[in-house]
Amino acid sequence: MTLGIYIHWPFCRRICPYCDFNVRRWRGEEEAGLLGAICADIAEHGRRLGPQSLHSVHFGGGTPSMLTPQAIARILDCVTGTFGLEDAVEIGLEANPEDAGALPELVGAGINRLSLGVQALDDAALGQLGRGHTAYAALEAIDVAARTGARVSVDLIHSRPGQTLAAWEAELRRALRLEIEHLSAYQLTIEAGTPFAKAAGSGRLLPQDTEQAAQFYELTQALCAEAGFCGYEISNHAKGESARARHNLLYWRGDDWLGIGPGAHGRIALAGQRTATIAWRGLKDYIDAVAQAGIGWESTDALAAEAEGEEMLLMGLRLAEGVDVQRVERLLRRPLSSTGLMQSGLVHAVRPGRLALTLPGRLFADRIAVQLLASEAPVAL
Amino acid sequence: MTPLHLIRNFSIVAHIDHGKSTLSDRLIQITGGLTEREMTEQVLDSMDIERERGITIKAQTVRLDYKAKDGQSYVLNLMDTPGHVDFAYEVSRSLAACEGALLVVDASQGVEAQTLANVYQALDNNLEIVPVLNKIDLPAAEPERVKAQIEEVIGLDASQALAISAKTGINIEAVLEAIVTRLPPPKEGDPNKPLKALLVDAWYDAYMGVVVLVRVIDGVFRRGQRVKMMANGSVYGVDRLGVFRPKAQDVESLGPGEIGFFTAAIKEVADARVGDTITDEKRGITTPLPGFRPVQPVVFCGLFPVDAAKFEDLRAAMGRLRLNDASFSFEMETSAALGFGFRCGFLGLLHLEIIQERLTREFDLDLIATAPSVVYHINMNDGSVLELHNPADMPDPVHIREIEEPWIKATILTPDEHLGAILKLCQDRRGMQRDLSYVGNRAMVVYDLPLNEVVFDFYDRLKSVSKGYASFDYAIEAYRPGELVKMSILVNDEPVDALSMLVHRGRAEHRGRAMCEKLKELIPQHLFKIPIQAAIGGRVIARETISALRKDVTAKCYGGDISRKRKLLDKQKEGKKKMRQFGRVEIPQEAFIAALKMDGD
Repeated sequence: MTLGIYIHWPFCRRICPYCDFNVRRWRGEEEAGLLGAICADIAEHGRRLGPQSLHSVHFGGGTPSMLTPQAIARILDCVTGTFGLEDAVEIGLEANPEDAGALPELVGAGINRLSLGVQALDDAALGQLGRGHTAYAALEAIDVAARTGARVSVDLIHSRPGQTLAAWEAELRRALRLEIEHLSAYQLTIEAGTPFAKAAGSGRLLPQDTEQAAQFYELTQALCAEAGFCGYEISNHAKGESARARHNLLYWRGDDWLGIGPGAHGRIALAGQRTATIAWRGLKDYIDAVAQAGIGWESTDALAAEAEGEEMLLMGLRLAEGVDVQRVERLLRRPLSSTGLMQSGLVHAVRPGRLALTLPGRLFADRIAVQLLASEAPVAL
Repeated sequence: MTPLHLIRNFSIVAHIDHGKSTLSDRLIQITGGLTEREMTEQVLDSMDIERERGITIKAQTVRLDYKAKDGQSYVLNLMDTPGHVDFAYEVSRSLAACEGALLVVDASQGVEAQTLANVYQALDNNLEIVPVLNKIDLPAAEPERVKAQIEEVIGLDASQALAISAKTGINIEAVLEAIVTRLPPPKEGDPNKPLKALLVDAWYDAYMGVVVLVRVIDGVFRRGQRVKMMANGSVYGVDRLGVFRPKAQDVESLGPGEIGFFTAAIKEVADARVGDTITDEKRGITTPLPGFRPVQPVVFCGLFPVDAAKFEDLRAAMGRLRLNDASFSFEMETSAALGFGFRCGFLGLLHLEIIQERLTREFDLDLIATAPSVVYHINMNDGSVLELHNPADMPDPVHIREIEEPWIKATILTPDEHLGAILKLCQDRRGMQRDLSYVGNRAMVVYDLPLNEVVFDFYDRLKSVSKGYASFDYAIEAYRPGELVKMSILVNDEPVDALSMLVHRGRAEHRGRAMCEKLKELIPQHLFKIPIQAAIGGRVIARETISALRKDVTAKCYGGDISRKRKLLDKQKEGKKKMRQFGRVEIPQEAFIAALKMDGD
């Protein structure tokens, strides 16, 4: 079984107005307690799961590039003390351009893949997104990252309010010429409860409509492909197979991972059953839970075969390599209703037994998943 | 047996909320029918829905013993009548069993349309009427104005009207005295003649089976007697005979003028037809009482289970309701859009709503209802006449000579500031004004209206244009020929049978446009463009297009998003279950009824 670890570091210098992750403003004081809890949590997971080798370790957040090299080393020590590492293990970290100076030392501490939260290469847009860096600083950070020898990926956000297709084309072309092997290009999503949602609700912010957003998406696909970045997932593009985000592939392929840190979700085999774990969201709750129970879980939910099958389809469908139809159907105990979608050219068999979205189908991934899973779909009359 | 001169049979005529039930309860309480502890609010309205809506569906009766000021002990039979126009026939039979009525009018609200309809029925039945002004304790009460209104609008002498408050108990004794002194006893009745009794109502009781309410005219009704229902000739041995006080109490016999119930081995309520005459099996009469009329459903609609697997459950539930409600009919129907279901007949719109609500509430069934339709008479070229209950069954127009539709006489009372809007509504619905008169600042309009213009949302629209102040009542008048055409709705170029309807040619385009616009709102975007058309024959009269969905994809989906996505998926799958697949298009079930509601008409 392929296994990874996700470690959530919830602190940020500032909270971006579009973000709905479990994040908090950093005030410096809680760091030590959380570090200890994370290490203890990893060790306890190891005790419960038994000896295993890791395919990947991923530091997400929040802003894990704010961790000191010592803290990274301490966590990685704990990881290697608990689990084995596969030869080609990916140890990734999400970094903010503001932390460019710390990147060489972080790589020194064991990180081998850096994912930079660039978001835009336009200062006005960066301001609108509430980011604390300039486009220039981001380019510098990419340069620094590239020289560390780590694999480098960049995150960008498109379909921003007021953004034109032409402006995005220029921005994206520029990004694709940089020394990076991977690009995540996300459509801006207005998440409920965020300052952006409030602004959109009151009319102060005008999100792009779905027609425009579709055009942004189509342009992105075309430009990335042209530059040799393969769109291996709905929003992710890599220069060749080895450049793909191995840790993220765990999620999309239905593999296992531990969810460590406040609010982290995991999927692991407990007593032979795939189980969804969710750690306490609150910082203090998490630390207390680890202190008392040894592990940070707020809830564990043994997934029924059907739920497992649904998850496998929902996630696997996002990949260009597609999803193993037989495996999904075995879990669901019913066939997927794909004939109509095939005829419409929205899905195709990438190779026998593997179902994937076609390029036009990608724009409708969510709708198609529902369609495939609607077992009681009434027969057309 | 009670001597005739000591019997008073009466009913209470009132508009909803004018206090009929409260007064009934007071009368029961004061004559000792129930102790204070036993009084639950509004004893007579026993069904949940009746209580909630403040209406009575089944006629019920209660026998009160009253010792009057003249020293004599009287038997008062209070007949609670159904209070809604849909049950007009039942009301007329209940009234036929009485000699008098109390006309209860809210002293602050005055006469309403429903009061009028019922009081006219009482007058038609030659009932003596005592006006009663209720809610006299309210600061807004205007007894003098309301008295004048009763005289002007109804033409009754209101000088002797009683001013009461059923709620606080003011003047209730005076009501009882008036019943005894001002209402007449049963006019005739000979205990030695052969049995002649009116079947007033029948219902199903879980403990007693079918209970039949009767009013004896001549002869004596005895336990063990073998009686004959004259309409169909069936004979039953009387198992149980009794009166309601309001609890059932057995009696040995019921004499002329008396009202009571009996039970026999009657299987379903449909076997005991309201208005029928009951006589002795051997020593019977030959001429039944006048006024009997078999029940005729007026409004039809299709009811389909949302979940096709619930079809048998729906059939069973309808059978159960039919046990207790002979006026409700159903037969199987197949719709290309909705699958297997039933075409159901109702006495009117309220009746339809009540049945639908009971199916949902008491039997826990999710239903799709199609557009209500009236019964059209189709005169064919070959001289035959078809009754059309379902637009889907409409024959080819080339074989049709003429189509007739039912018209109603509608009476509307409204404060005059809403009159303009109401007249416009009636005109828009092809109404023909018959009368318009004023009583103070209230206007009374009488319109002839085609029932098919009223059947759907007229009442809602009336409430809305009058801010709830207008009251409405109607009676079926006659069938009249009309320029009616079948309008089909095509979704993605395929006709949806459950949405087709008969409309007047002059209204077709308007309705077609409204339907298409509404469906455009109700049908979600698909991955392709969906044309929605209204058509008469092959001619498209209105068209809308639902544009194709451009994208539906989550941008970011990682480990922490999976649980949320799956929950969303469950919701979407639920939503999908509520859709009906039609060709390549999914139509939400509520669209079938909502498409017909026209706002801003």
